[in-house]
This record gives sequence, C-alpha cells and structure tokens, in this order.
Amino acid sequence: MSGLSCEHIISVSDMSTEDIGMVLDTAESFKEVNERTIKKLPTLRGRTIINLFLEPSTRTRTSFEIAAKRLSADAVNMTGSASATVKGESLRDTAKTLSAMSCDLIVVRHRCAGAADYLAECMDAHVINGGDGMHEHPTQALLDLFTMRRALGRLEGLTVGIVGDIAHSRVAGSLVRALRLVGARPVVIAPPTLLPARPDVLGAEVSYTLDDVLPDLDVAYMLRVQMERAEGMPFPSLREYARFYGMNGARLASARPEMVVMHPGPMNRGVEISADVADSDRSIILDQVNAGVAVRMAAMYLLLGGVDSDAAA
Amino acid sequence: MTLLLRGGRLVDPQIGRDGVADVLIKDGRVAEVGEGLTAPSRAESMDCSGMVVVPGLVDVHVHLREPGREDEETVVTGTRAAAHGGFTAVAAMPNTEPVCDTGSKVRFVRERAEDEGIVRVHVVGSCTAGQAGEALAEIGDMIAEGAVAFSDDGRDVQDAGMMRLVMDYARAFETTVIAHCEEESLVGNGVVNEGEVSTRMGLPGWPAAGEDIMVERNIRLAELTGCRTHLAHVSTAGSVALVRGAKARGLPVTAEVTPHHLFLTEDDVAVYDTNLKMNPPLRTAEDAAALLEGLLDGTIDCVATDHAPHAAHEKELEFEVAPFGTTGLETALPLVITRLVSPGTLDWAGVVRVLAMAPRECLRLDRVALEEGSPADISVIDPEAEVEITCGYFESRSSNSAFLGQTLHGAAREIVVSGRLALRDGEVVAR
Repeated sequence: MSGLSCEHIISVSDMSTEDIGMVLDTAESFKEVNERTIKKLPTLRGRTIINLFLEPSTRTRTSFEIAAKRLSADAVNMTGSASATVKGESLRDTAKTLSAMSCDLIVVRHRCAGAADYLAECMDAHVINGGDGMHEHPTQALLDLFTMRRALGRLEGLTVGIVGDIAHSRVAGSLVRALRLVGARPVVIAPPTLLPARPDVLGAEVSYTLDDVLPDLDVAYMLRVQMERAEGMPFPSLREYARFYGMNGARLASARPEMVVMHPGPMNRGVEISADVADSDRSIILDQVNAGVAVRMAAMYLLLGGVDSDAAA
Repeated sequence: MTLLLRGGRLVDPQIGRDGVADVLIKDGRVAEVGEGLTAPSRAESMDCSGMVVVPGLVDVHVHLREPGREDEETVVTGTRAAAHGGFTAVAAMPNTEPVCDTGSKVRFVRERAEDEGIVRVHVVGSCTAGQAGEALAEIGDMIAEGAVAFSDDGRDVQDAGMMRLVMDYARAFETTVIAHCEEESLVGNGVVNEGEVSTRMGLPGWPAAGEDIMVERNIRLAELTGCRTHLAHVSTAGSVALVRGAKARGLPVTAEVTPHHLFLTEDDVAVYDTNLKMNPPLRTAEDAAALLEGLLDGTIDCVATDHAPHAAHEKELEFEVAPFGTTGLETALPLVITRLVSPGTLDWAGVVRVLAMAPRECLRLDRVALEEGSPADISVIDPEAEVEITCGYFESRSSNSAFLGQTLHGAAREIVVSGRLALRDGEVVAR
C-alpha cells in the first residue's frame, strides 16, 4: 500500500477515487481504536499539528484536535477572527510565521475561498482544508462517505439528496464532488435562491422540490439553514422553508424505509430537520460526528507519511 | 529640439498613409513628412527602418493613484509606464484619495504632470462629489481647470435620477461622461464571473447582467439627455450587442475594451491568483469572442487598459479580500501585436484606429496625425522586439499584471511627446 496521491487535502477534486478509499479504509481501523478504553496511538509522536481556525468553530476544531491527540501529535489551536482587513497580520505572514515554527501539518479554516491553497503555497507543511469560505470542506465529505458506507453498506449507486443552502455551503461543495468520485448520484435540492449559478459543473443534478425526489433517495442530507445572514433572506420565512424543504416525520414516512437522514451540524431543530427525525433511528447524525474523529485521524496519518511508519494501527 | 525619424513605415489611416517615409519634427510639431529628408544641423537623426511609425498611442483609462496611493503609482511612475508601453498620452481616473472632484484637485494632477510627467496626462474628474453618487461634483470648475471628461469609475452612479442629472449638466459643457457599468444590487460582493468558475471555486459571482443592465440604462440616459457617453471596460457579449444597437440608432455612445477582457477568460482564474481579479471580472470565451468581434467591426471604439496598480501586500491577500485590477500600460501594445496583428486579425491601420485615433475621438482630444503641422506625438514600434513580462520588466511602481510570465513580441522603441523624445531605444528618457 502506498500513500495518498495528494500532498494536501484541500479540494476533493485533488483526490483520486483510490485516495478516498484509502482514507475510508484507514479510518475503519482508527474507529476501532476510538472504541478502546485507551484511545491513543503513538503514530504521530513528535509531529506538530496546528489547527488554525480563523472563523468561529467549536465542533470541527474539537474533532481535529481530538484526532491529532489520539495519534500522539502535539496539537496546537490557533484561533482568530480572520483576515488582514480586521486583524493586521496577513494570511501570508501568519503562514510564514507558522512555517518558521516548523509545524508538520496545518488544518485551516477561513472565511475566504482559496485560503488553504494559499497556505499550501507559502509553507512547507501539509495542509488540510477545514473549510474555506463557500468553497470546500473535504474532511466533512470524507466522514459523510464513511458514515454512509457503514450505514448502507456501499457508496456506488446511492442517490443522495443534499437539501438546503447549496450556494453558500462548502459542505455541499465537497460532498457533491466526493459522491461523484465514488460513483454515487448527488441531487441538490433547494429553491434557485439557494443554488450556485452552475451546480451542474460540480456534477450534481438539481431539483427544486424535495417531495418529487424524496422517493428516490437513499440518503437525505439536510444542510443547516444560515439564520445569521447579513443580506436579505433567500426565502420568505423559516416556517415556509420548513414546509417545503424540512425533513419531518411525514416526509420520513413517505421515503424509502432504508433511507437515512444526515446533517453536518449544528442543527436548527424545527427548521431543516424536525426534532423527532433528528432523534429517530433513521438519523445517523451522531455517527457522522463519531466518524469525524476517525476520518481526520486517517487524513492526518496518511498525509504525514503514516504508511511508511511502523506504528500503523 | 529637432528630430528626424528616418525610413520607418508610416501608418496613419486618417490621412491614408501607409508607406516608408521620414518625419521631421521641430518645435513640438511635425515639420515635414516625405522621402529622403535631410536632417538640419544639430538635429538628431534616428534610423527607423523596420519600425512602424504611428500617431502617438493614447490610453483613456488609467489609474495613476496620485494623490493618496503614491506607494502604488505616481504621476511620474505611471507616465513612465505609459512611455515604456508606447503611449504618448493617458487619461487619469479620479478615484484617488481624495477623489478628484474639484477644480483645484484637477489642477494638482495637471500641474504634477506638466512638471514631471513623461507623457501627456488628461485629467478625468468625478461626476459626483466624492464619487458618493449623491450630489453633482463641480464639473464646470473642473473643466475650467482642464478636465477632459467625467467619471465615477471604480463604481457606477447607482441612482438613475442622479446619473441623469450628471449627464444633463455635463451636456452644458459639451463634455463626455465615462460610465463604469455596474448594478451594485446585483453584483453584491461578486469577485469572479457568475457561472462555472464562481461555482467551482466557491467565490461570489458577478453576473454579466449586472453590467448589461447598466449599459442599457446609461445608453437610455445618453438618449434622454444627449450627453456624450463613453462606456468603460465593457466585458460582456450583451454589452457589445447593446452598444451596437445604440450606435445604429445614432446615439452619442462610445465604448472601450481592455486587453485582459479580450485575451483572458474566466477559465484563466483556475488558481486563486489575485492578479486575475478585476472589475468587471474576466468573462467567458464567448464574451471575449464577442468583444473582439465588436472591436473589429467598430462597435467598440478603442482599447483602453484600466491600468490599476496595487501594492503587492494588498494583492497578496485572500482572493475575496484583495483589491480589483491589473496593470496594463506596459502590456497592451505587445498583446495587441502578438495576439491580433501577428495572426492577421488586425492590420496596422487597425492598431492606429483602436489605440490612437479612436481614443482621441472618444474624449475629443486634439487630433494627432503624421502630417505637417500636427502635434508631434508619435510612437515608433518595433514589431519584432521580444518582451518577457516579468516583475523586473515594469516601469510602473506596481507589478500586479495578469500577464506575468508571458513572452510577447512587439513593443515601442521610441516615443515622441510634443516633440520631445520620451522613450529612446526602449528606455524612458527622464525630464
């Protein structure tokens, strides 16, 4: 077995189908580690991983931090409120500074698309994109694939409905690409006000009507409604949104019995997903969170040349 | 200063000239054009064989950044860049800090140019006070101090009623309004063309309709007011069609296109290279083809660069945060020669039309021709010179060029500005 074909995990488009398979398979063994009493491997001992989160995040940052620590890496969190325009220091200088501290891997979240590419360009470390603007969030897509595969036993041929604010969602940006790579069928479901200009270029089918495609779905992936938007809301009310695009008990009942419901979190209960669905046995949302740690461990391990080290799980 | 340009190929379609001849320049004017002229004593004589000699090129859309951002460009460095690029005159946009919106500010730029500028600088004043789009700027006062046209370039006057007021008032002075066509409520925070690339890169889109709507609005206002209206940096196929229609109706509308919109497309923004972030953004290959067609059939009058120098540390920011713009003065002529003249798309008369004649006509600047009595503004072009676009190539204080890394051919070897040799053998001649 050789390592990943990519030096960084910035865009799913940079990964091959084999890379994705390798991350998922490696994550399987790390998942088992996470179920032990002693959840720690010496694999990345002595390696330094920096979580550079320049946009507020608790869940993703915690997941990366736990992943790094379970591999015995020295994980350091750096947070801040983004860009030079407010902060004084440019991303370039931040990158150079961190580079001077000799870190091995950097996980970056930033409000601007391309920030992870930029870091990769100006430092020697490996880079994992922890979310760049409206562009991509690849480890989320990888953990989603991992969770789908465990729940449904396969990825190829699955029809996955991604419902909600596709236009502003980096989760959707990565997931659509990743689903295409593994031979699944992504369908983005939203009113045009929540769609990017050309969802077809990412390889997604488009529907404006959840109820039309619901019977075809193996997975209903509900995106978070961003209620904190500054500009005009792209739909009239939360109530209307929930009526047309929310997952609720009635919709669940009309879907395939094996269809599962996913959500990248944090949820707005009663908006994109009703409480009863969120807590039902058809929801695999907590499995996603659980998978997050294992998949991020796999990503870090594989990027840092883990396959060559002797401490594989 | 007396100067004899010997044996160049003179191209000037204004007077039907295309052939080898000499040009004698004396006291800032063309004294004689003909074959076998002899240099008077103490005159400098230059061998121009193999060169193309044309009326001085003019760029009607340049940001000189002075006053306010002298770290990015000044009147001196901007006019050095112009000379290096073969231009004998530029029009300087008013979105400086402070905005050029009064007579005294126009005078400042004009005097800076007269004192230290390498080429001629025509000053464009703002349409509205502070370019805020809310109240008329002192257009008459600025004209009295030498402003040649008015623009809120960098943005558009958003309110149609306000733009009407500007055009109505400008008409009293028979001046030209230059419109940057952008409907801000549609464009929002868009940074790349809305479509494939905005989707793929996860960047906010700037839809073509955001330009087309304002092109149409400004054409309608030109019709309503009769004001001469010049449309800056049109970038869409839709704009070309609208301008074509306006001209067919005989409206006083002219338009320019930039080299970057002609020769680059949104597909070039494949990596987050901020030198390719401009406003309006790079469009599709279909748009670029329509722009070229419009330029060749005369719908689009001229090529102008929208030369927009920016500090390196600002261009090195995240794509969504970095400022819009590419420099253009020093790449425009090599690009036109390499991409249009060499393949036979445009002949030299066409180059003169789009880079010398039409720019002057758009802003109603004094006529310059290769004939006796004309102001001696002349560009001598070496069509074979090889030009490598590297950071070290530029006279501009900034090097944020969308064409960095390209090797082009064809460049100005000499320029003469009002009889003064301002570029000699490719080197700028300081004053």
